[in-house]
Amino acid sequence: MVGLKRLVVEPLWCKGCGICAAFCPRGVLEIEKGKVRVAALERCVFCGQCELRCPDYAIYLVNDEE
Amino acid sequence: MPSDLIHEYMRIDHLPQIWCAGCGNGVIMRDVAVAIDQLLKDEEYDFDRDDFVIVSGIGCSSRAAGYLDFNSIHTTHGRAIAFATGIKFANPKLKVIVLTGDGDCSAIGGNHLIHAARRNLGLTVICFNNHIYGMTGGQYSPTTPNGDVAATAPYGNVDRPFDIALLATGAGASFSARGDVFHARETTEIIRKAILHDGFSLVDVYSICPTSYGRQNHKGSAVDMLQWQKENLIPTAQFHAMSEQARAGKKEIGILAFNDYPEYTDEYAKVIEACRKQTGGKGRN
Repeated sequence: MVGLKRLVVEPLWCKGCGICAAFCPRGVLEIEKGKVRVAALERCVFCGQCELRCPDYAIYLVNDEE
Repeated sequence: MPSDLIHEYMRIDHLPQIWCAGCGNGVIMRDVAVAIDQLLKDEEYDFDRDDFVIVSGIGCSSRAAGYLDFNSIHTTHGRAIAFATGIKFANPKLKVIVLTGDGDCSAIGGNHLIHAARRNLGLTVICFNNHIYGMTGGQYSPTTPNGDVAATAPYGNVDRPFDIALLATGAGASFSARGDVFHARETTEIIRKAILHDGFSLVDVYSICPTSYGRQNHKGSAVDMLQWQKENLIPTAQFHAMSEQARAGKKEIGILAFNDYPEYTDEYAKVIEACRKQTGGKGRN
């Protein structure tokens, strides 16, 4: 089953550096008005590159309980 | 709400951190948290959270001691290793982790660095190396590359830079490594091994400073600077598979020196024991 992982954004912590959007291998994220925006969630494969690279801990994956 | 990892290991009432947009320090601080998390959850070791102590000096890097939710101390400029030495001596069982910067550990605290390395005192020093004094306005540091521009070198830096990992190796460090922001997983693994190492360990982690260093030197955005790291900082196995020609201008990421020297507080305990034996436990006189 898909959907056990969720992509979460904390906009208050985002400084809009653009690292997550640039290194997302699937083009899921974009920066809009200085903040990250999940533009194409359907393309997300929940690889966690954004969480690994965000210096501000403003984007991450949550593993929901099965 | 932050992720479970951040919630568990950081003082979230102090977040978001004050580092500039795109600063690599947040990633290095996360690497440290992940490495400690792995050690705490590893059944092979019996670590308790209070076994870890975070010590920092002064500078952008050293804010990290305020954010990481462990027994922590934010000390004076250049003296993080000196304070850490005292902590390690008072309780050698502790895993004392020093978070410092290129200026803090190789300029102001340069002597503490080389002598802790020489003694093989069991500290883990993680240098957030952004190649500049970021907090005070972009003055050149001992790791600013030759020819680069800084607030105090508007026509280019005349100095030749230190390679901190090699400096520590030369000073006798039993574990010396280089990491970076881009290779976060590899760097986390290096930090984990450095913490486990019984002796002095140094990890020189190349940060990115788009605001102070990058802007003055036309290095582009944080993304451009990470891209540079991806292309020019090469993990050990890959680096050694490359031809001499292909290595030009590139640097190795990984453990550069590893030796099994006796650890300093272990050796010191032997002196204490010898003294006790000779004096019947009373010390001198």
